[in-house]
Amino acid sequence: MHIHPLEKRWAAISLLLVGTLGGLIVYTAVAMSIHPPSNVEAIDSTRLHLTPEFSEENLGVKREKDGTVVARVVMARFMVVPHEITVPAGVPIVLRVATPDVVHGLHVAGTNIGTQVVPGYVSQVRTTIDFASVARIGVRNADGSVTVPLFCNEFCGLGHQSMWGRVIVTPK
Amino acid sequence: MSAATSPGDFRRPDTLALAHMWVAFSLFAVGTLLGLYQLLERAGMVPASARTYYGSMTLHGVVEAFVLTTFFIVGFGYFVTATSLGRAVRWPRLAWIGFGTMLLGTVVAALSIVSGNASVLYTFYPPQIAHWTFYAGAALLLVGSIPWIVITLAMQVRWKKENPGRPIPLSQFGMASCAILWAWTMVGVVVEVVFQLLPASIGLTQTIDVGLARALFAWTLHPIVYFWLIPAYVGLYTIVPKAAGGYLFSDEMGRIVFVMLLVFSLPIGLHHVFVDPEQAAGWKLAHALGTFLVALPTLLTGFTVTASLETAGRLRGGRNLFGWIRTLPWGEPVALGGILAVVTLLPGGFGGLVNASYAMDAMVHNTQWITAHFHLIFGGTAVTVYFAIAYYLWPRLTGRALYSRRMAAAQLWLWFSGMLALTLPWHYLGILWMPRRIAWAPFDPQIVARWRPYSLAMLVGGTMLVLSGLMFVANLLLTHRNRNAAADREMVYAETMEPVVSVPALLNGFTTWNWLLVVLMAMAWAYPIGQFFFMDVHKTLVWGVK
Repeated sequence: MHIHPLEKRWAAISLLLVGTLGGLIVYTAVAMSIHPPSNVEAIDSTRLHLTPEFSEENLGVKREKDGTVVARVVMARFMVVPHEITVPAGVPIVLRVATPDVVHGLHVAGTNIGTQVVPGYVSQVRTTIDFASVARIGVRNADGSVTVPLFCNEFCGLGHQSMWGRVIVTPK
Repeated sequence: MSAATSPGDFRRPDTLALAHMWVAFSLFAVGTLLGLYQLLERAGMVPASARTYYGSMTLHGVVEAFVLTTFFIVGFGYFVTATSLGRAVRWPRLAWIGFGTMLLGTVVAALSIVSGNASVLYTFYPPQIAHWTFYAGAALLLVGSIPWIVITLAMQVRWKKENPGRPIPLSQFGMASCAILWAWTMVGVVVEVVFQLLPASIGLTQTIDVGLARALFAWTLHPIVYFWLIPAYVGLYTIVPKAAGGYLFSDEMGRIVFVMLLVFSLPIGLHHVFVDPEQAAGWKLAHALGTFLVALPTLLTGFTVTASLETAGRLRGGRNLFGWIRTLPWGEPVALGGILAVVTLLPGGFGGLVNASYAMDAMVHNTQWITAHFHLIFGGTAVTVYFAIAYYLWPRLTGRALYSRRMAAAQLWLWFSGMLALTLPWHYLGILWMPRRIAWAPFDPQIVARWRPYSLAMLVGGTMLVLSGLMFVANLLLTHRNRNAAADREMVYAETMEPVVSVPALLNGFTTWNWLLVVLMAMAWAYPIGQFFFMDVHKTLVWGVK
């Protein structure tokens, strides 16, 4: 059994590279609290329309009593309800999403909002939208806000491509 | 390494290998045509039809990811095991029964998809449920590959008993790691299909635990990629250096790599559900770190294979730091395939590191970036080595000389450039948020206009790939019917720079590694899978696909 010295050196370099990348991930997760959406919150999706939180009148964007902005969205084949939501840039917002049917994905262009939407669970994304980023790729409206598309990015049936909505981002 | 083996030395499984590989490569060619249709449909050049599009996409995925791979690997595996150990395939009838079962499964699943009853894509995420024949076909394909696992390992055990203390040839060691990996890998999807999808598709159950199904599928989804990749690595370590006229740089490092691929690629599947709501952050982070570890064997392989090619370039008169690159045998298809595959590993591996980066995945998850990544690493690296292996084996299996070396070399360059032309714009489209798997793009024109130029580049790449795929199959077919006999039919593997006299027991068998896997898999999956049995789970209704 022998390993060539050059190979040993390369193995050390590889370990260093992999260790650095892993270390960076752990650092951003622990010190900066950057995680993928992972709230593990069960909900009965067959009775979604009867739950107070995702009943029709409660969908859309609301400012909670503690001041946080919460957007509640239902993704159902093949639509996003409500089709359009308006959220402010530059302040922390919370997106809560559920589905009554199959697996969907939610991805908002120009932002880092991306989550799977799985029947039986509530998906939650906490983020702060950067206005400059959405302004670069979105459509500028007369009132100074910017509209970006919201896609379903998980195959959910033959109408999958038609499942999308809009997010209107208002400047701070 | 073992001595050269000719067809007459023992009952070499040439026909068995050829049968498997012909199924693999002919369906592969059909699959590339489907891919081109999908690009044309999305570019609006053929009439739009969601039904045809998603049906085609399901068939494309099933054919390229499951049929091409399993048939090629099993056929190549029998040949490698027999020629490395220098003995006939044990239980040949069982091997043929496995082949028949796989073929039957393929036909059943294909008919199910073509009839439009199974447009659930090759990842078949419930609660969308296809016709039961789709799952039955998939199950037969899996079951039919089990004889190969059994035969590969039984032959190795017997050889070890008869050759105490001798190192197992590296080619066999690699294929054995592949067989063991495959056994571990299929557990997740088999449990999902047997206990969840088949009962739901037959109508025995009306609801399904989606979280559990996703966890079980994630169990399979990462190591299956290494099931596809290990045979390619076997080719890179034990065939390409020989074809290039050089030596394998290190036998021991190859063994370490195959062990690492087996052990590291299994307990990390949660990275496929990084942005799922039903798994907790801590477990995802643990699997993310494991995912970085699996980059190690690939980094080591890149080095060893490059170093082996360097021996070839220098033996052919290459001087100076980079002079050996110029003197590599660029016109020799087997060597060329190996070189291009290693080059493709660079952008492919880079994309993989991005996907593995935990929270960063949310930026690219389910966008075209992902499609680009696995086309590059699978279609680019793994399939290119499959081509190279086929060019090496065809004259040996058929006894006919390769029809055209120039056509083979041109085919490999075309595949390489086509794959880059397809996947580099595709990665960029993913960064521009383009979702994967959409039959067309009915979105705001501003965003669609941004995508258009890159979509056209993809079309060029796709056309090149189809041409290249057809050239490949044509060359094999013409070889098969070639009047000129092959120069020789001996199967020889690359020799190592320094002869391998003995290796530690840990690198000459898998018992310890399997026990380690029992522990690692329990650590990695007991909670992520087990949670669905004690948490408050709401099952969901099953949905059809029409």
